[in-house]
Amino acid sequence: MTPDDADYTFAYLDEATKRMIRRAVLKAVAIPGYQTPFASREMPMPYGWGTGGVQLTAACLTPDDVLKVIDQGADDTTNAVSIRAFFAKVAGVATTESTREATIIQTRHRIPETPLTEDQIMVFQVPIPEPLRFLEPRETETRRMHALADYGLMQVRLYEDVARHGAVTLAYAYPVRVAGRYVMDPSPIPRFDNPKLDRSPALMLFGAGREQRIYALPPWTRVESLDFEDHPFEASKPDRPCALCGAEDSYLDEVIVDDAGGRMFVCSDTDHCANRRAAGAQASAP
Amino acid sequence: MTVSTAEMAQARVRADAEARAPLLEVAGLTRRYGARIGCADIGFDLWPGEVLGVVGESGSGKSTLLACLAGHLAPDAGRVLWRDRDGRARDVLAIPEPERRLLARTDWAFVRQNPRDGLRMGVSAGGNIGERLMAGGARHYGRIRGAAADWLARVEIDAGRIDDTPRAFSGGMQQRLQIARNLVSGPRLVLMDEPTGGLDVSVQARLLDLLRGLVREMGLSAIVVTHDLAVARLLAHRLMVMKDGRVVETGLTDQVLDDPQHAYTQLLVSSALRL
Amino acid sequence: MTRAVSERPAGAGMIAVRAVAKRFTLHNQGGAVIEALRGAALDVRAGECVALTGASGAGKSTLMRMIWGDYRIGAGSIRVAGVELAGADPRTVLALRRDRIGHVSQFLRVVPRVPARDVVAEPLLALGAPREAARARAEALLARLNIPPALWGLSPTTFSGGEQQRVNVARGFVHPFPVLLLDEPTASLDGANRATVLDLIREAKARGAAILGIFHDADARAQVCDRDVDVGAFRP
Repeated sequence: MTPDDADYTFAYLDEATKRMIRRAVLKAVAIPGYQTPFASREMPMPYGWGTGGVQLTAACLTPDDVLKVIDQGADDTTNAVSIRAFFAKVAGVATTESTREATIIQTRHRIPETPLTEDQIMVFQVPIPEPLRFLEPRETETRRMHALADYGLMQVRLYEDVARHGAVTLAYAYPVRVAGRYVMDPSPIPRFDNPKLDRSPALMLFGAGREQRIYALPPWTRVESLDFEDHPFEASKPDRPCALCGAEDSYLDEVIVDDAGGRMFVCSDTDHCANRRAAGAQASAP
Repeated sequence: MTVSTAEMAQARVRADAEARAPLLEVAGLTRRYGARIGCADIGFDLWPGEVLGVVGESGSGKSTLLACLAGHLAPDAGRVLWRDRDGRARDVLAIPEPERRLLARTDWAFVRQNPRDGLRMGVSAGGNIGERLMAGGARHYGRIRGAAADWLARVEIDAGRIDDTPRAFSGGMQQRLQIARNLVSGPRLVLMDEPTGGLDVSVQARLLDLLRGLVREMGLSAIVVTHDLAVARLLAHRLMVMKDGRVVETGLTDQVLDDPQHAYTQLLVSSALRL
Repeated sequence: MTRAVSERPAGAGMIAVRAVAKRFTLHNQGGAVIEALRGAALDVRAGECVALTGASGAGKSTLMRMIWGDYRIGAGSIRVAGVELAGADPRTVLALRRDRIGHVSQFLRVVPRVPARDVVAEPLLALGAPREAARARAEALLARLNIPPALWGLSPTTFSGGEQQRVNVARGFVHPFPVLLLDEPTASLDGANRATVLDLIREAKARGAAILGIFHDADARAQVCDRDVDVGAFRP
């Protein structure tokens, strides 16, 4: 931190607010998957741009941390660049695009392909924390349903999908059951990423700024994607390799490349793709 | 589902025949709305396999009574004892909410007058029927769907409608679907609030026949609230006549209807168009 | 359900009526009180058919209804198969009806769309008989009573008076109940069907049923009844 910035509290939020958020985090960690209320603050960005995630990151950062921010897997999108710049300014922390080097990774919509470690914290930006919201609009009722583990309705939603389409069609925000108890919205990550939540060595924190909720997955927590015995969960992705690095096993984005409707599929995790190419990987000729 | 239902029902009918204790014991049940009485000092026993009709005019307190029994309303006084599957008497009003909810989606069922209140109108018929099974932990899609198809047949709805939402159903079909949705978990007690109200007469008859058959085959105990004495006559073994929140007469159904003792019951019976 | 345990005193019939009185209080007609019966007494033993006689309005149906249990017993005692009906709780009456009493009333009261064969089979189903066996027995009886097979699948609410009456008879005789209550079983029947019903009554007597009936048809009464009880004697 430069002397000019000394008027700022470290990482923007005042210490009392950070303490309040840390208390919510401790409670959330103690009750995996439970939506803990917290007094979300106004942040210098609009709701929907990651205010919940930014507050969690601010409350978790220490001066020695190395921060990585991704949006849809990419380090170079507007939102990711802005949030990284924000914390570089208000906390003076080092930033990185490398998953391996990062100690805190704030994310919107993805979990990195590179396996996480026990020394890392994932911070997810969450638009709608309530997985039952579109089945039961009354918050009083959904809270009671969570309290009583009354999740038949959620299974009905999956039943309807299988009945209509032959499979569960949810492509993202695919609901999970945490440690055999709470049903949780994993944030709008693709269902491809759901297995990465299960028994992850990293601490996973979820923040919803507008909805004022924090929830968490402590390291090594059992996370099951809801399914049927005869229609088991499948982590799906476009069935082709990355057009740049040739990876067969990473999640792909579809990119429109010209005005003629030309398109290509490339790794959504830009760091992963760049690392592979630097190591000599390339797509096989079409 | 297919093999065991009849056998289970037979076993239950036998067990009920030998029952030595009521399924439900209600005493002193009272609910006030401010100074006004909803229902007062209601007491009765319901035995396994028995259908109790509760009759009276609008405002007589019969729906309040049913709501108190179902746990939708908290009574001001009284006791409701429920004999669980292990033969233990449980105080329904005192058991914790999670257990009460579990009861409400397994052993108890509640059929509402308006099927729109008892169905999920945006969910397919199969999903509506399957919900209780899934809430109870069923996770095999094929078996859930099989049970749903089986129940559609039992309530005489074409299996081809399994993926249609109830919005596309007639009133009578909706009501039959609501019954299937409630009975799929094999409940022991069914509470019904005017189950044939709002239906055409021809549709009513079909529903009554269906309910009679299910009550007999499944050995169900039921409490049926109705203002229609003809419905009470055909469904109920026993009647309770309510007026101004109190029970004025109770007894065997045809005794109450053919030889009413209380002035109000006599008025009610003589006012009915045809019995 | 409570089993109808026989507590029949020696000498008393399967149906034993003692000192029975009945009055109706019409609350909505100025509290008018109608005395219907007083001091009614009779016995019907196994294998015996007894006719209730008396002028219209003498109280034959009232007494019959108290024995069936749909009129309350004002005073006195009625025991059927040893079970006391005065003050009996509904479960006892229902168990007695289900297990012991066959009933043929003048009125057919059924759910409108239930087919005739199921209406007749219902007492057997209530006793726990398998559906197919119950239906087969019902159809045999309907055939014997000359109800054409084409009608078995239809609701009897659409039948003629005589056909409805035969469905009622079939329902009462579908199970070998030890007690039969018959209210005008041959009314509105032609000769052949009347003869069939009388045969059914004779067969029931032969297997030891205790039968109490109301017959306006004096010839039918003479053919099957062992004795008459004049209800006029019980007028208050």
